[in-house]
Amino acid sequence: MGIEQKLGNMGAVTLRLEEAVNWARTNAMWPMLFGLACCAIEMMSAQAASYDMSRFGMELMRASPRQSDLMIVAGRVSRKMAPVLRRLYDQMPDPKWVIAMGDCASCGGVFNNYAIVQGVDEVVPVDVYVAGCPPRPEALIHGIVTLHEKVRGEKIKDWA
Amino acid sequence: MNEHLQFVAASLAGRFEIQLSEFRDQVSLLVQAQQILPICQALRDEFEFNMLSAQTAVDYWPQEQPRFHILYQLYSLAKNVRIGLRVPLDGNIPTLPSIEGIYPNANWHEREIWDMFGVRFEGHSDLRRILMPYDWEGHPLRKDYPLGYEEVQFSFNYDEIDRRKPYMKE
Repeated sequence: MGIEQKLGNMGAVTLRLEEAVNWARTNAMWPMLFGLACCAIEMMSAQAASYDMSRFGMELMRASPRQSDLMIVAGRVSRKMAPVLRRLYDQMPDPKWVIAMGDCASCGGVFNNYAIVQGVDEVVPVDVYVAGCPPRPEALIHGIVTLHEKVRGEKIKDWA
Repeated sequence: MNEHLQFVAASLAGRFEIQLSEFRDQVSLLVQAQQILPICQALRDEFEFNMLSAQTAVDYWPQEQPRFHILYQLYSLAKNVRIGLRVPLDGNIPTLPSIEGIYPNANWHEREIWDMFGVRFEGHSDLRRILMPYDWEGHPLRKDYPLGYEEVQFSFNYDEIDRRKPYMKE
């Protein structure tokens, strides 16, 4: 804005680097296929025709963690699955975000026992928790939009 | 009771010592641990019970002695009849001959019984944990195994539980 006032119409748009990078990150965030249990069905239906997640940039879901940015942990994580989850999270390249979808991923849900990890934030750092058993596709999309707002607000000193 | 089942039960009762019980067309035989292998062999070869449809265990502690009952459900595809076997066992880690040689699908059933109840099967090719992580200690489905739950934080005990949480120590 400052440079356009002084030099006139140069035919170029200027904006801050933070805004540009965060805009690019939110508009093409590819989730990783990590549907474990019943929440996976709601994640699939959120990706499908009626509640389309492609309009938010999530055109496809990559099965490989190396090619994805967002891990939606959909479903209950058992104690046997927790190291596998951590390994897949470690294999994702930066920048990466995690959405804990549903009650079982957020806090253990109805399964308050020895076999289920009580909240997936014991294993991976979570950015957005989406409540529901299972959350409606609209609730998941609301969670994704919240994550986008969070990413839009990231500062350059966090990632540089 | 089905005629075929009557014939089976009568001939088995002559050869082994079993106790027969019947409930609404379901036949159940109580057998001893040492006889389970010859009985299953006879049921598969002579009486055409060619499918093991279920194998589980029940823990009756502390109400009943002996503590564990291992249950087998056998099914005959040709005759369309089912028969159940029960083996009572006692002790901390009881042992039982494995019927994997007779019904190969008993492999995973017996691994699950070992994992959940702690009953060892002799002659099993690969007895290790199947549901819990491999280094887990304890056998979860026994009646004296704790539930392992996290205490729920309601509004009346909110502060007490908050004091014990890890974020309070920071």
